[in-house]
Amino acid sequence: MVTVELDAEFLALPLEAVRGAALDRARALGCEHAEVRIERIRSQFVRLRDARLETSADDVELGIGLRVVHDGSFGFAATVELAPDSAAALADQAVATARAVAPAVSERVELADEPSHGEAVWTSSYDLDPVEVPTSEKVALLEEWSGRLLRSSGVDHVTAYVLAVVEDKHYADLAGTVTTQCRVRLHPVVEAIAVDGQAARFETMRSVAPPAGRGWEYLLGEGWDWDGELARIPEYLIEKLRAPTVVPGAYDLVIDPSNLWLVIHESIGHATELDRAMGYEAAYAGTSFATFDKLGTLKYGSDIMNVTGDRTVAHGLATVAYDDEGVEAQSFDLIRNGVLVGYQLDRRIARLKGLGRSNGCAFADSPGHVPIQRMANVSLRPAAGPGPSTDELISSVDNGFYVVGDKSWSIDMQRYNFQFTGQRFFKIEKGKLSGQVNDLAYQSRTTEFWGAMQAVGGESTYRLGGAFNCGKGQPSQVAPVSHGCPSALFRGIKVLNARTESGR
Amino acid sequence: MSATTGHLTKADTVVERALEASQSDACIVIVEEASEAELRFANNTATTNGTRRDRNVSVIAFREVAGGTAVGTASSSGATDAIDLVRRAEAIALSAPPAEDAFPLVTQGQSAAPSEFSDPPVMTNLAGLGDVLTGLGDAFGRARAAGTTLSGFAEHRVSTVYLGSSTGLRLRYVQPTGKLELVARTDGGARSAWASAGAADLATVHVEELEERLARRLAWGERKVELDSGRYEVVLPPDAVADLIIMLGGSISGREAEEGRSVFSAPGGGTRVGESLSSHPFSLRSDPFEPGLECTPFLVTPASGQDVSVFDNGLPIERTEWISQGCLARLEYHRAAAARSGVRPAASADNLILELPGATGSIEDLVGRTERGLLLTCLWYIREVDAETLLLTGLTRDGVYLVEHGEIVGSVNNFRFNESPVDMLAKTVEAGRTERALSRESNEWLNRTAMPALRVAEFNMSSVSPAT
Repeated sequence: MVTVELDAEFLALPLEAVRGAALDRARALGCEHAEVRIERIRSQFVRLRDARLETSADDVELGIGLRVVHDGSFGFAATVELAPDSAAALADQAVATARAVAPAVSERVELADEPSHGEAVWTSSYDLDPVEVPTSEKVALLEEWSGRLLRSSGVDHVTAYVLAVVEDKHYADLAGTVTTQCRVRLHPVVEAIAVDGQAARFETMRSVAPPAGRGWEYLLGEGWDWDGELARIPEYLIEKLRAPTVVPGAYDLVIDPSNLWLVIHESIGHATELDRAMGYEAAYAGTSFATFDKLGTLKYGSDIMNVTGDRTVAHGLATVAYDDEGVEAQSFDLIRNGVLVGYQLDRRIARLKGLGRSNGCAFADSPGHVPIQRMANVSLRPAAGPGPSTDELISSVDNGFYVVGDKSWSIDMQRYNFQFTGQRFFKIEKGKLSGQVNDLAYQSRTTEFWGAMQAVGGESTYRLGGAFNCGKGQPSQVAPVSHGCPSALFRGIKVLNARTESGR
Repeated sequence: MSATTGHLTKADTVVERALEASQSDACIVIVEEASEAELRFANNTATTNGTRRDRNVSVIAFREVAGGTAVGTASSSGATDAIDLVRRAEAIALSAPPAEDAFPLVTQGQSAAPSEFSDPPVMTNLAGLGDVLTGLGDAFGRARAAGTTLSGFAEHRVSTVYLGSSTGLRLRYVQPTGKLELVARTDGGARSAWASAGAADLATVHVEELEERLARRLAWGERKVELDSGRYEVVLPPDAVADLIIMLGGSISGREAEEGRSVFSAPGGGTRVGESLSSHPFSLRSDPFEPGLECTPFLVTPASGQDVSVFDNGLPIERTEWISQGCLARLEYHRAAAARSGVRPAASADNLILELPGATGSIEDLVGRTERGLLLTCLWYIREVDAETLLLTGLTRDGVYLVEHGEIVGSVNNFRFNESPVDMLAKTVEAGRTERALSRESNEWLNRTAMPALRVAEFNMSSVSPAT
């Protein structure tokens, strides 16, 4: 059991008086459901350019949001005024909005049942609160890292930044659940740039360390080998600048977890959100080819493909104990033996489709935003037993590439057609790596790509990747999410040359 | 922390209190007051909604140190105790290294106050959505009868910014922003169309007018044509041009260009300023006083970045032509960087206008002069693939139509494109008149754009997307 230590300053806010005022008023106004969130989100961003401080920002977002269901309509209101009378006024405002939109509501809002969890507290796994680390200490560490790279021959510029977020969230609903949770996350990035001024060419090489639900200890070496990664970036960069341009065609790809996590995010994570599949994001994020009528039958990929959603994994960016609708965090199957068997849900969608309890995927990125269905940590399971190593996967390729690190990404609004690039692409010839190529992008369609997955690596290749900035909803909300996966082998994937694509 | 709760003090009072409490060598205080009303809908029903009251306060402390000026910024939302915030900013400045972008702060004489500083913020609420709410209820009924489903989003936001400094600045500006986006899908999603309007006042936006545009486009799609990937002549409506030109507008960093790491870096060093990008005399500009697209006329930033500086807070934002007469004319620089490079500083505004002077053609005129090509609606999921060429990838969305002999003859499958907006200007065959446009993907960050329709040769549709 993790020792739960919530921040004393956050607990000193008038949480009980404010939540009570909002919920009491919502109850008095006859709401079927009401949930209130009081949140404090502290964030710090420090960026150095060529080892000199360029940006330093230190922000606290503090506010209260109340969502009600009143006579079958949603109403939401939020304010930064943290006082009981302002909180009660929110209930009036949310009910007034619910009444105002009612004539345009043709689908009565009902939520899947969730038992009261009483009072609960939870914190994510971390040792050092990154926001409490002085800015000067952050600058000093990034300065030292940047210096190492700048001293390497061939490196012309270095950008280094870290974004640290500590999210304190107090939640209460009319059913009696009252949770107080704290999540900590960090996104450190270092990128080296080499410039060939005569040719107006330049190349970048970025760290592939993932953003993680960890404290400042992450930058001191817990969970990632920074020294090792920083030492190799210059040689990778120079090799890439001099690398031959790729010859387009169909190739076998061994994809490292540092690249594959993003393919999972785009082609599985978003495609298995049931609100999308049902058209509730049709105007913005899009819909999904994995429609509800295909549940239990859609052949998503090869038989070795097993994908789960969870909000429970240690250090996962989407990990919580309770979601923003008071639903307990769970782990669930999305794809079993290559077949679609589940979706990510919130309480409204779970009820609408008669799926029983929500699997706990509601999240609001700010006290000022309404909770919507957001992504769980969606992860690809490694091979059972020891399974193949990345080298063993590479050794089974005659003519292909080993793809490491994410860079450019894009997928269509129904999650079929995607294109990705990466940080580096090593040529594989007769089972051996033979140096980098440049300008590589790969394109595929979701079910063709996952159908071409011939092997997954073992547990030893498994890594957690992720992002802070997954976008969905209007107004747009960003959600942090992790994706675990092993290295994996894909046969016959379409490779493009980005320079040819630009007509050069 | 208990001091941060309770009711909001007047914004101008917060500014004065913080400035009085400042113990550093100089201080800037920014208060942004905002309110918002929004309504989302899908499957012919209203879904989520919200009304919101925001306030964000930033204090920037400047401290003279050996070798320059150190800066600390602290920001907080809510009923922040201004004095706590001043102390936090000062604590950060105390251990910060000298800033690279140090420059004398803007003074009262340099920036004229556009409105009365002590006036309260302007607020919006549900009424700010105009008749959209009632219009939608009727539109859902018509859509159900016609077998189509409507989805979309309406939003109205008003922000009032207050900027005060120890050098005497007292600036206030009110900026309203609104939009309505509507998507119609029919045939189980096989045919779809998108229409939108950006406006400061949603009373000027009518659901019925957007519905008519959707109906016209859905009718074009009754005949389906399957086309393969390839390089096509395309007609991009102003909204789709905004999708791509906003990405170009995000790549005008002077510093990156000088360092050889941008599409605007010149071979052999230096920048491409002065180089012709198109045979057409395009003007790409930002201008806080552009009629209908007015926006904050002075610089406001709580933190420095690559080409913006906290030292420049309050600096008047001037009309800037980034591209003039088809040539790259200016790049973005804060004052300190501009002084180092021997150029004039230039700051982006919260709008962007592309114009071909003298062009009067409508989309219909451009289509009418297209022998064979594709008329697009809007673009989606646009990401940079190669920074050297500013090669972007993305998708066509909600309507691609085949044009033959000047007539729309059917609707076509979607495509993934790989194309650079810089190359697009060079490959432009013809441009229409500039009109208000709304980027599908980027309008939340840049609502105020005006663009022409463009007819572009050899647009690279890299592969087919089966998405609808």
